[in-house]
Amino acid sequence: MLEKTGVPSKEQIKNSFPDKALLARPKAILECYEDIPCNPCSTSCPFDAIEIGPNINLQPVLKVDLCTGCALCVPSCPGIAIMTAQIKDNKAVFKIPYEFLPLPKKGEVWKGLDRHGQDLCDATIEHVLLAKPQDRTAVVTVSVPVEHLYTFSTIEVKHG
Amino acid sequence: MIEKDVIIIGGGPAGLCVAKTALEAGLDVLLIDRAPALGGQLIKQTHKFFGSKSQYAKTRGIDIANILIDDLRRHAKLEILLATTAVGLYPGHVVSTYDEHVYRRYQGKAIVVATGASEKFLTFENNDLPGVYGAGAIQTLMNVYGIMPAQEVVMVGSGNIGLIVSYQLIQAGVKVKALVEAASSIGGYKVHASKIKRLGVDILTRTTVKKAIGKDHVEAVEIVGLDDTWNPIAGTEAIISTDAICISVGLSPMHQLLSMLGVDTKYVPELGGHVPVLDDTNQTSIEGVYACGDAAGIEEASSAMMEGYLTGLCIARQLHHPHPDDQALVKHYHDQLGLLREGPFGEKTVIGRHKLKEGAWYA
Repeated sequence: MLEKTGVPSKEQIKNSFPDKALLARPKAILECYEDIPCNPCSTSCPFDAIEIGPNINLQPVLKVDLCTGCALCVPSCPGIAIMTAQIKDNKAVFKIPYEFLPLPKKGEVWKGLDRHGQDLCDATIEHVLLAKPQDRTAVVTVSVPVEHLYTFSTIEVKHG
Repeated sequence: MIEKDVIIIGGGPAGLCVAKTALEAGLDVLLIDRAPALGGQLIKQTHKFFGSKSQYAKTRGIDIANILIDDLRRHAKLEILLATTAVGLYPGHVVSTYDEHVYRRYQGKAIVVATGASEKFLTFENNDLPGVYGAGAIQTLMNVYGIMPAQEVVMVGSGNIGLIVSYQLIQAGVKVKALVEAASSIGGYKVHASKIKRLGVDILTRTTVKKAIGKDHVEAVEIVGLDDTWNPIAGTEAIISTDAICISVGLSPMHQLLSMLGVDTKYVPELGGHVPVLDDTNQTSIEGVYACGDAAGIEEASSAMMEGYLTGLCIARQLHHPHPDDQALVKHYHDQLGLLREGPFGEKTVIGRHKLKEGAWYA
């Protein structure tokens, strides 16, 4: 499926998430399902929580106990393939990379999209961070109803 | 005739890196590029690069260009000719240049052809209608000159360039109506594919362009499904309205200057077509004439940079002027190239380079 449409399988997605109980704290979700020569996620992690090793073609492995959910890896991934996820009450809270203008603003409600680009739900913008080291990749904190934990992918501005 | 140690034709990632190690070794270098600015394709690359620290990973291509160019500025022994075309390469290491005013001749102890690649095109009805673009033209308009190439685009080809340019088009506010790919699966990195799919761009594999539709410019495109033997399946035609079609179906190495000189070339599909036969120092069958980057075989810019650094080091050795860190650097860049080519995406290059060596003059 991924090879033909660009959409990973449900199993691939599930495997990139840690156990739900661990999502009381934010954790990095690495959606990197292919051997490509690349390692900035690993080298950007101050806690050594993302392991690739000397062969940079291997896929990253998250050491979930070391991951603090700091999201430094989110803007570091050249493939825009990392977000963090956390479960807070009945909400799933994500930090996603975002490289489009206009940037969302805190408090706005945008469209939440799934991995097919289809409308999923309303997505509330909780925070927008764009510091110099992120090199123009904003990190947007966004919350959606918790049932969309495994299907939410990105946001789109609501028109009109 | 003006004499130089090293003449580099092409100021893209490969050529800039040749210049760096050759200059550090103390050689005097002439760098020629037909564009008005150095950097080659890097100046159109707004995305963050893959690779590791040695390839400037997670730095945007345009910023890598600036890093590489800044690296060269401190060297007094560098001369740069911009908006100047190398129009001829002759026996005796003679390069003839033309800058729209005057022809000049230069002679180098070593010549490096780092001319990059040209885009392949696709044959279909009305492919000469205004609105049919190559991906390079779209990137130049959009990312170099800030001009929106169209309101809507149908992308043809799912290699990394097709996928990345689709994303850049969306960033520029252009609607990407679909991406069609004749093969049965996506050619480029799947992370790039997922990036555009989650923004609603359908990727249609086993599909190609049948014809462009429009009177004076593209108004729509007719696509058609392909069977497993690449033949159109009748009845699967569909029409998508669009004002542009972007062709991104691969690159051909620019070997013409080398062919003019008569170096050994070989047709190696894995490397993108006709390429010069090279030895382990990236030297062609004519002593002192080198090639690297896409001109020697299509690969990512990350590899082109590593090959460039290596070529500069090899030339310095050959000219009895080795780089002060020669051994350590040669090993480092060989190791980096090994790593970059170790994964599934490096396989083609490894196979291609193996084929290139079979029957070579030195084999």
